[in-house]
Amino acid sequence: MNLYEYLGKDIFRQNGIPVPDGYLVEKPEDVRKYIKPVVVKSQILLGGRGKSGGIKFARSDDELKNGVRELLGSEIRGLKVTKLLVEDMIDIKKEMYVSISLNRTERKPMLMATTEGGVEIESLPHEKIFLRLIDPLMGYSDYIGREASSFMNLSPEISSQFRSIVSNLYKIFVKYDCELAEINPLVVTGSGSLIAADAKVVIDSDSLFRHKEFNVVDPEKTKLELEAQSKGYSFVEMDGHIGVIANGAGLTMATLDALTLHKGKPRNFLDLGGTDSVDIVVTAFDLVLKANPKAILVNIFGGVTKCDTVANGIVEAKKKFNIKQHIVVRLSGIHEVEGRQILKDNGIDAFSDMMSAIETVVKLGSGSQ
Amino acid sequence: MSGLVDENTKVIVQGITGHQGKFHSGEMVKFGTKVVGGTSPGKKGQSVNGIPIFETVADTMSVKPNATMISVAAPYVRDAAFEAIDAGIKLIYILTEHVPFHDTMEILYEAKRKDIVMLGPNGPGITRPGYAKIGIMPNHIFKKGDVAVASRSGTLTYEIVGSLTNAGFGESTVIGLGGDPVVGLTYIDVLKLFQEDKDTKNIVLVGEIGGNNEELAAAYIKKNITKKVVAYITGRSAPPGKRMGHAGAIVEHGTGTAESKIKAFNESGVSVAEYPVDIPKLLR
Repeated sequence: MNLYEYLGKDIFRQNGIPVPDGYLVEKPEDVRKYIKPVVVKSQILLGGRGKSGGIKFARSDDELKNGVRELLGSEIRGLKVTKLLVEDMIDIKKEMYVSISLNRTERKPMLMATTEGGVEIESLPHEKIFLRLIDPLMGYSDYIGREASSFMNLSPEISSQFRSIVSNLYKIFVKYDCELAEINPLVVTGSGSLIAADAKVVIDSDSLFRHKEFNVVDPEKTKLELEAQSKGYSFVEMDGHIGVIANGAGLTMATLDALTLHKGKPRNFLDLGGTDSVDIVVTAFDLVLKANPKAILVNIFGGVTKCDTVANGIVEAKKKFNIKQHIVVRLSGIHEVEGRQILKDNGIDAFSDMMSAIETVVKLGSGSQ
Repeated sequence: MSGLVDENTKVIVQGITGHQGKFHSGEMVKFGTKVVGGTSPGKKGQSVNGIPIFETVADTMSVKPNATMISVAAPYVRDAAFEAIDAGIKLIYILTEHVPFHDTMEILYEAKRKDIVMLGPNGPGITRPGYAKIGIMPNHIFKKGDVAVASRSGTLTYEIVGSLTNAGFGESTVIGLGGDPVVGLTYIDVLKLFQEDKDTKNIVLVGEIGGNNEELAAAYIKKNITKKVVAYITGRSAPPGKRMGHAGAIVEHGTGTAESKIKAFNESGVSVAEYPVDIPKLLR
């Protein structure tokens, strides 16, 4: 889960990383009296906010009020701005970059640092970036910061501040179960102090059970995705018109791929998981129906999930929700014959192979309803 | 096959009285696996499917296990894995989904330091027809044969194994690597084992979006693997930035795409099936 900048900065502040003083604005009345130059920053989860007009500079009370009025409620690249961070303007002499992230290839935390910050790190040539894998059991130690400082030719004054920041950033990475803890830019001010001008913190969603402090809903999920999540389903909305229910993440993805290769457009990803409960199937239909698909494809490879249970769930859902759309079902594996018979008895076509079901649903789903 | 399961594998199930542990320990026994014990706090002295329950992993050492299947809830996986490592178990398979990857990293590097093989989390297990099965793969889809399969997913693996078996092939070993961004064994680790394994003639890799392990595997195959390898990659229709069920199945900043993986395999001479059912055709 991606955290808003202001939440990331709260974490930085509580863990010894210097950040500019600031406050959150959610309605115009939250704006405080103008005292000194400030930056008004839209709290949206997009790179390149400044270039898209999401950041305003204010050097007077009028500019502050105008900036807030312009940004609050506006839309930036399709995202609605509901929160602003108003922060003291900082005197930028130089912009650096530092992050700790998970390196999936090496399966270790990785420190990245460069004196050429303020731009997307991906746009920089490799030789400009200090890259260092960290053994997760040894953790971060000061010598790693000294290696980075040496690579970047930092002065002793800057190096000592930098090493304290990296040490705290690594503590944050571990303490909050981060996928990424990034400061870009890490600003060197005119007076020679380091301060985090931005904060990007991504938390491992699987760790939220031990982070009750993040009592926030994932801002990157749709309403329906959040509802599905609260009911225990992996669900992703897509922009097509064929609703999909399958079991297992891999098979569900393979179902979407096969639909797409047949010029069918999936409306969603829904993984039923390993289940032997009729209710779980019925609730899955409830979720998919809320996405208004033109047709629904169910693709089950039975193991732990029994095909007859799924068939009973489909029949019950069809009655309960008075489903008018075509339902096309593929059942293979444990109790498949019984499952297909149950469907047949209730007027629902069922196939034993995946490709026939895909071809059929694409034909039915593309016809006029 | 060295390093993983065989007729000498004696497995315990950590979390044997849970829904999954109870059902699948029985299925493992039916498959011919030596399940020598299980743990479940507060239930020592009882049994499940004729398998004795112990209080701790240390207590199970009296029945000399050399492998464990961890099937406890995500918050308790780190503790369970450390318990197994500390007791001296040599192979750990973690079935549990939603384990924080920071926990997995700690388990993995502690296991590496002690020469312990760790697989998963978030995988369906290892199956070696004719020898043993650790995990939750359905028994009925397998037939002993010469095709080795490694995959990041569960049901999709069954789909492919089922299509192999239906087409007259059989399987030497099927390994679920796990659907998380950090897992214990990677494609390269198991490719080494498959290359050495006398029972294996053909190899099937089932990959998906996220990370670059498939690309690394493709490069490794070109240099080191003389057996026939075919692949299937899923997630080509996945929207970028969205996790497709598995924590590891995500295209980030343009990396981890299905296109990149398919291209890498094609460049290494590995045929990539368009649909799961096409895998047997590619092996003919």
